[in-house]
Amino acid sequence: MKIAITTTGKDLNSPLCERFGRTPFFMVYDTESDSFEVFDNSVNLNAPQGAGLQTAQNIARQGVSCVITGHCGPKAFFVLQKAGIKVFLAQNVTVKDAIAALKDGKLQEAKAPDVEGHW
Amino acid sequence: MVIAVASGKGGTGKTTLAVNLAFVANPRPVQVLDCDVEEPNVHLFLKGQTLESKTVSVTIPSVDEEKCSGCEECSNFCQFKALVVIGKTVLVFPELCHSCGGCRLICPEKTIDEVPRPIGKVETLQVQNDLLLIYGTLSIGVAMATPLIREVKNSRDHGAPLTVIDCPPGTSCPVIESIKGADVVLLVTEPTPFGLHDLTLAVDTVRVLGIPFGVVINRAGQNYPSLYEYLEKEKIPLIGEIPLNRAVAQAYARGDLIINSVSGYRAKIEEIFSRLIDLAEKSKRV
Repeated sequence: MKIAITTTGKDLNSPLCERFGRTPFFMVYDTESDSFEVFDNSVNLNAPQGAGLQTAQNIARQGVSCVITGHCGPKAFFVLQKAGIKVFLAQNVTVKDAIAALKDGKLQEAKAPDVEGHW
Repeated sequence: MVIAVASGKGGTGKTTLAVNLAFVANPRPVQVLDCDVEEPNVHLFLKGQTLESKTVSVTIPSVDEEKCSGCEECSNFCQFKALVVIGKTVLVFPELCHSCGGCRLICPEKTIDEVPRPIGKVETLQVQNDLLLIYGTLSIGVAMATPLIREVKNSRDHGAPLTVIDCPPGTSCPVIESIKGADVVLLVTEPTPFGLHDLTLAVDTVRVLGIPFGVVINRAGQNYPSLYEYLEKEKIPLIGEIPLNRAVAQAYARGDLIINSVSGYRAKIEEIFSRLIDLAEKSKRV
């Protein structure tokens, strides 16, 4: 299973980024091989609009089955939902701990966006 | 002759100046265009009979998913991220679309059509025999003011001798669209730090557009010399001052014209009007 995690850094000890659309990076972690790849998302960091949509599209291209992020707005949530990607929310954690929490079933799947657009 | 009344800061008195100028203006007939489509308010002062009311639409993409190959070219092309491709599904976000039509042109499978999206309405009111008001109202939740402003401006009689445009506040796209093509711009400001700060932005904008302009200080009489120093340093013509006066505020609150309800103000507005015409004509001769 592949998981996308929004993050401000490039390794497993980096903090999870609570912003979805304007996350500086996202990591795609493969639970089968325990390997990961980091994708730069800085283009969307300064996008005037549509950052959440574009990040969602980029994440969907990586063929992940779920995303862990801090918060998710309505448009990004809609795109992820259409792509069949589950959304899990976590705050104040490292990427490593977020993945562990997901594996242990400690994260609850978000069934709706938890913030307004442009929060 | 087209006069645009603008300001950087909101609430400086654009509408007050625009409607009062329209009443003293000569030649006639006069058309007033309320281009502040996000918050039109000229109709509170100029009441009349509705001659026309029309819905304004922009075009947005509509995708035939049967034919879509999921190539993502439309999504990659769109600068506004209004199209997102998930597999072979194209998600369209109308509120982000700027109606450029690029996605339709770039689609290799020719699966994209354009469909109308209503964004607001334009109404024309007969206020007096020789005074028309044309104003736009943007629908709630719509952010695309510029196409509606363009439609307000297109709805006027281009052959009519005089048009007064009440612009939106600020210096962004809607303001540029409103001012564009004017013969002269009246920048309304107030003697406060905010008034001066936003005036400097408005001056920079109008200078880029190359339109002659003059400044009117509203609520004048408050001690703020920096504003006068700025005008002098920049050699900007000060074409009038409207003194701070409770009676003006009361007239405004009632929806009355200050030329009719506050003594001495008709002459001030007439003088501003004639100086504006001078500014426009002087620049035409150069």
